[in-house]
Amino acid sequence: MIRRLRLRPRPAAQIKHMATHAASVFVPSRAVLRLRKGRDRVIELGLLLAALVAVFTTLSIVFVLVYESVPFFEHVPLRDFLTDTMWTPLFAEARYGILPLVAGTLVTTFVALGVAIPAGTIIAIYLSEFAPFRLRETIKPCLELLGAVPTVVYGYFALLMVTPFLQKFFPELPGFNMLSAGLVIGIMIIPYIASVSEDAMRAVPNYMREGSYAMGATRFQTATRVVLPAALSGIAAAYILGISRAVGETMVVAVAAGLQPNLTWNPTEPAATITAFIVQVSLGDLPHDSIGYQSIFAAGLVLMLMTLVFNIAGFTLTRRFRETY
Amino acid sequence: MHAVAAPASLDTLHADVSRRKLLDRLFVMVGLIVLFSALLVLVVLFLDLVREGAPKLTLDFLSSFPSRKAERAGILSAWVGTSLIMLVTACVAMPVGVAAAIYLEEYAPKNWFTAVIEINVTNLAGVPSIIYGLLALGLFVYQFELGQTIVAAGLTLALLILPIVIVATREAIRAVPRAIREAAYALGATRWEVTAHHVLPYSLGGILTGMIIGLSRAIGETAPLITIGALSFIAFLPQSPFTGEFPFLSFAWLKDAFTAMPIQMFNWVSRPDPAFQVNAAAAGAILLGMTLLMNGIAIYVRYRYRKKINW
Repeated sequence: MIRRLRLRPRPAAQIKHMATHAASVFVPSRAVLRLRKGRDRVIELGLLLAALVAVFTTLSIVFVLVYESVPFFEHVPLRDFLTDTMWTPLFAEARYGILPLVAGTLVTTFVALGVAIPAGTIIAIYLSEFAPFRLRETIKPCLELLGAVPTVVYGYFALLMVTPFLQKFFPELPGFNMLSAGLVIGIMIIPYIASVSEDAMRAVPNYMREGSYAMGATRFQTATRVVLPAALSGIAAAYILGISRAVGETMVVAVAAGLQPNLTWNPTEPAATITAFIVQVSLGDLPHDSIGYQSIFAAGLVLMLMTLVFNIAGFTLTRRFRETY
Repeated sequence: MHAVAAPASLDTLHADVSRRKLLDRLFVMVGLIVLFSALLVLVVLFLDLVREGAPKLTLDFLSSFPSRKAERAGILSAWVGTSLIMLVTACVAMPVGVAAAIYLEEYAPKNWFTAVIEINVTNLAGVPSIIYGLLALGLFVYQFELGQTIVAAGLTLALLILPIVIVATREAIRAVPRAIREAAYALGATRWEVTAHHVLPYSLGGILTGMIIGLSRAIGETAPLITIGALSFIAFLPQSPFTGEFPFLSFAWLKDAFTAMPIQMFNWVSRPDPAFQVNAAAAGAILLGMTLLMNGIAIYVRYRYRKKINW
């Protein structure tokens, strides 16, 4: 039979006696204990308020974007906004079709993905499946630096280094074009794609690799036929998060792609993106209540919705790959 | 029935194996080439900025105001503005971010409410920076009537880096072993005492790393500052934070107009005159150098703390 050891609380008088005789034993009085509990509760409340800042930020973003675009959509019918092919809100004959800006955003994003997806995936496979431990641990922080470069510096890079370089091969390329902006954004998002994909591949359990090696597969075969398919949803999430980054990138396009809205799918032409338009308007000094001022919030709302869709899709996929194993 | 392809002879098998091994080695080469060309871009970019901006990389550049004449223009108001904005950002983002992370890791119950906060933090990390600019324009500049001032800019960047600080702090806190908390609880410590006396000191390295990386991101952010209306031509300094009389500190600078390093660089890079592009390169070299330095410090701090602590 199990006998329970019972600890009975000592009588208070005995504790007091101990406290006075053994000075090294600290016994807080009831008042002190109550004070500590009260202090703890106040601190917890403070911490909760700090955590709620994140919620308030999200709510304020939604509120500000909607609140400031309402007057815009009272002035501009939603149908025109979505179907008109011209975006000239600052002209005397203003047209409010978001399509040119969306097209510019999508073209630069596609060019960026054309660079970042192959490079990011190859780097992720190499780091996860091939690289020796020491190399991986030293090279990863260096790779992260690519994502830490200020975007305006990347803008300089695109406008004054990449474009002149491309013009050597394509002399007819204009000084402002979406191609070099997209290429540079692509370089910028390589670390995001590489690190999320690598995490996904490393989450694939080792016994799957060992099974493949036991069948006589080489490392490359194991990587492409076992690890890659198993980590597919995580890699897809990496791509989608990369798209979201590219869509929201501002300074590179504002510096290197030109600020003229231009409905085209040709990356060698100059065109404005949603973000570049917001920058262009902010550089001028528009009065608070003008339609131009409201138009940047409407554009911001579209941008927010686009990135939100990609972010939600990306996070759902990451959660799924974490749960599979 | 699905038949396994049998090798016709030993020779073809050998050929097959060596072909696959070659593919393996080929991929290692491709991987290394892609990896190092990505890193090469960074090196080339930095060296080119330094080379282009070399004639302007002098002390005069740091101590002159912007000017219509490219050769006389400097970044005095820009770097002072950036420093003051970073001060505001650090003072807001550090306490709020660390407190939020402590709440989520040590206090928060597992329920839908906590889940909502967590989803918000992850989602905010993916919001484009220019959206934060629009938020600040609508909220800080016009609703709170802060105007286009240093405090509005600092608060905007603080919100922007908050998710970075929160995520880094949470990771650092999570790395502290459960046993340390339990030992403290066993001695009768309250939750806050456990956190403040044991968990926080151990996770300080990770928290500092996150803070430095957050600030290095904020230092190069251009879009939100343009959106709230940073001026690019400011030929005066904000009021000094130190005064001759009691209480010796003044906060009047918080309400001053500002410019910042990336704004100044953007302004120069978008001018067609090549003389200004030299200025842009010099400003870019300084900006990039500061970012790389901060990231280097962050990596070093993380390395040091990881080495020092042995659970």
